[in-house]
Amino acid sequence: MRERALVFIIAFGLVPALSLVSAWAQRGETYAITNARIVPITSPVIERGTILIRAGKIAAVGRNVSIPAGARVINAQGMWVYPGFIDSGTTIGLTEIGQVAATVDVNEIGDFNPQLKAIVAVNPSSELIPVTRVNGITTVLTTPRGGILSGQAALINLDGWTWEEMLVKAPVGIYFNFPTIVSGRFFDVETFQQRERSFEEARRQRQERLQRVRRLLDDARAYAQAKRAAEAGVPEGNAANLRDRQPLLVNPVLEALVPVVEGTLPLIVAANDARDIKAAVEFAEEQKVKIILSGGLEAPKVAPLLKEKNIPVLLGPVLSLPRHEDDPYDSPFTVAKQLYEAGVKFAFLTNDASNARNLPYHAAMAVAFGLPREEALRALTISPAEIFGVADQLGSIEVGKVANLVVWDGDPLEVRSHVRHLFINGRPVPLETKHTQLYERYRNRP
Amino acid sequence: MRDARSVVARMWGLVVSALLLGSSLGGSVSAQVPSRSAGDDVTLIRGGTILTITRGRIENGSILIRGGKIAAVGRNIEAPPGAKIIEARGKYIMPGIIDCHSHIAIDGGVNEGTLSVTSMVRIEDVLDPTDINIYRNLAGGVTTANILHGSANAIGGLNAVIKLRWGKTAREMLFEGAMPGIKFALGENPKRSNFTPPPGTPRRYPATRLGVEYTIREAFTQARNYMRQWEEYERRKRAGENVVPPRRDLKLEPLVEVLQGKRLVHAHAYRADEILMLIRLAEEFGFKIATFQHVLEGYKVAREIAAHGAGASTFSDWWAYKVEAYDAIPYNGAIMARKGVIVSFNSDSAELARRLNLEAAKAMKYGGLSEDEALALITINPAQQLRIEHRVGSIEVGKDADLVIYSGHPLSVYSIVEKVFIDGQLYFDREADLARRAEIQKEKEALKARERSAERRPGPRSRPPQEEVDGNVEHPLPPGPSKEVRP
Repeated sequence: MRERALVFIIAFGLVPALSLVSAWAQRGETYAITNARIVPITSPVIERGTILIRAGKIAAVGRNVSIPAGARVINAQGMWVYPGFIDSGTTIGLTEIGQVAATVDVNEIGDFNPQLKAIVAVNPSSELIPVTRVNGITTVLTTPRGGILSGQAALINLDGWTWEEMLVKAPVGIYFNFPTIVSGRFFDVETFQQRERSFEEARRQRQERLQRVRRLLDDARAYAQAKRAAEAGVPEGNAANLRDRQPLLVNPVLEALVPVVEGTLPLIVAANDARDIKAAVEFAEEQKVKIILSGGLEAPKVAPLLKEKNIPVLLGPVLSLPRHEDDPYDSPFTVAKQLYEAGVKFAFLTNDASNARNLPYHAAMAVAFGLPREEALRALTISPAEIFGVADQLGSIEVGKVANLVVWDGDPLEVRSHVRHLFINGRPVPLETKHTQLYERYRNRP
Repeated sequence: MRDARSVVARMWGLVVSALLLGSSLGGSVSAQVPSRSAGDDVTLIRGGTILTITRGRIENGSILIRGGKIAAVGRNIEAPPGAKIIEARGKYIMPGIIDCHSHIAIDGGVNEGTLSVTSMVRIEDVLDPTDINIYRNLAGGVTTANILHGSANAIGGLNAVIKLRWGKTAREMLFEGAMPGIKFALGENPKRSNFTPPPGTPRRYPATRLGVEYTIREAFTQARNYMRQWEEYERRKRAGENVVPPRRDLKLEPLVEVLQGKRLVHAHAYRADEILMLIRLAEEFGFKIATFQHVLEGYKVAREIAAHGAGASTFSDWWAYKVEAYDAIPYNGAIMARKGVIVSFNSDSAELARRLNLEAAKAMKYGGLSEDEALALITINPAQQLRIEHRVGSIEVGKDADLVIYSGHPLSVYSIVEKVFIDGQLYFDREADLARRAEIQKEKEALKARERSAERRPGPRSRPPQEEVDGNVEHPLPPGPSKEVRP
């Protein structure tokens, strides 16, 4: 074994990582990460431990794991192994170059598009995907963002030949831009002029928009009822019912909302201001729908309510300016700490795509401003897995879970640390990106 | 309501500053402030790890500040009698951060977008010393910033280098003696005012990179002619002739200063081709580009940039927000530095400016710069780029006492800024900030209550002045999805 490890180290030093990795990257291969400090998240740190990966899953974890013959061994002496981080809000796969509309599939036309599925437009060849994963982010929630009901969010792993291979779970929820009350001066795109909107006008506009959502949900409930009736069929000899019997006319928009009104699929409600968050919670209560809050930069102001209603928060971006001119200078940095102290469950998001790779530093800033480090790590791993209902597969290093594993040469929350090995779905993933390719090419320019 | 709140914010900052600055505010508040004693401008920061940037690291070191300057740095410095003592045991002290590309403290829009050449407009005329982002950036350790015009024009307006002396007037914020500069812009931004012009608006020249080159060439051709007219006038005047002076041209004067090496060019650029274009054009006209700003493809022409002697003021890792940023790589800074370019990392964002220390750390991650090289990206290098390195950018005797005390190593994510000094005066103190919060909140509630009762009173109310539009807009178009307002 020792010999094999030695050979591995030598080989790794000499051969470009890519070729070695691709030679291994076959499904069903067994890998052992040895001598590592393992941070399972849901249990204490294991010093000098081994993780065995077989058929894409974590087959064993511990100090005394026997390594089967033929397993590829990665000696992680002096390194740390963490579960892959999860970014709880991105547009990865749906956007390539921000200002080139032809490469962006984030905002569809129309206010109500609950039937749109993010997963079917995830571009597995996006250059943003490798760039993100080589900083330890293996899984992201990717969501449409347009209109009011934007579409269905998908949880994806950042590796796969096709979006089907990347898919973890979809839909995870329907993205809902909660209508806000925005008064004051704004730029009216229709007239290309600055305009003033009074508070009353803004409030009325919010009410109208919410009313449209209510009507749509009412329609979905009626549709669900009709669907159940159609599926139940008509009892024999009931002439009156027979006469009324009609085939169900499938309506994809309402169809998409049936699990929402039945309480099995949450709305992912984007809201930051305390006033909007409170209104969103009231709306959810009234409509009897499940919600996950996204953004939540003023969530601490309504934390008891969120705690009481058991509403989780996809928090962030932490690295943003205070919402209001007179907020404390560090206000977005301290939100996570306050939610933690209030007992509200949360996970971190970047709301980014090209720089979602900086997810760990959003969490780190929250730690610098008072959040316990272990809680920050949970909010990057097991908490989002729980919130999205995939904690049986992701979010910690436990036997039976998907082997999304990252070997770091230091603290993953520190900017200076590097990812040294990366496994997604139990497959070793090369650390090469568009950026490393250009780096190699141009640093060697004569 | 908005106005009432912003007043609170501004008052807050001013009040905190007044508390911090004490005697330095002078006459207007002198009644409340104890009279100046001999020790007032002598401060000793004692017992911290000092990152001097240019002279290595001093463990358990002290810094003596006198008259706003660094009077001594070392391990065994006694406190003179009456000196104010700041204990820094376990803390890290580094020079104040210099942000070489910022748009804070600008009243109104940052762009005069109507013309392609706007060298007649000046940031100095629109500095807003009450912009709360000054305080926020100060709280992130920034003490000096290069406030630039936007990038809508091939030749933009004149910059202003400021110190973040929060609580002072716009004039008092100016970095006295800093070399003047001007903003240029290449590539998409000067072109893009043509993409979707407002209805009824004519398209503005140029629409291509070819046109951008010509716009700059044309402007410098005029400037050179204008310079020659003046030289001829001066010559004839000296010869005793009675001559009429040429007509003054406020647009061309700054460009003449560029030709004479008296004004720095800060050129927004992305692609390798346009960087090379401007280098060659400048060489043809006999001037130097002081900095390329953004310069995201600088790594492709690092050799040429180094040979020209231009600095590179870049982002650590922004990319893919537009086509010309698609080949941007986080190794850009390291490659350029290794090939002999003076590199700095800037913010171009009031948000990012609060954590430039962590941006510097990215140059260690991507490209393997050393700690000192990384910290130089936000201190001495931008100081050199702005030609203010004799004053700021490192901890050396005789330099301005612009210092930041961090709770831990500034390249660690877990460290936070605790105190910031400019000219030896304490301008940010986290403890004081925290201590004031409850009081500020109370004051805000009181103002809100008063506003509400005013609303209930019948009769006409005088309308408060409208707040200016957010200044952080890079071009005259309405901001689209968040990334589009980026440079």
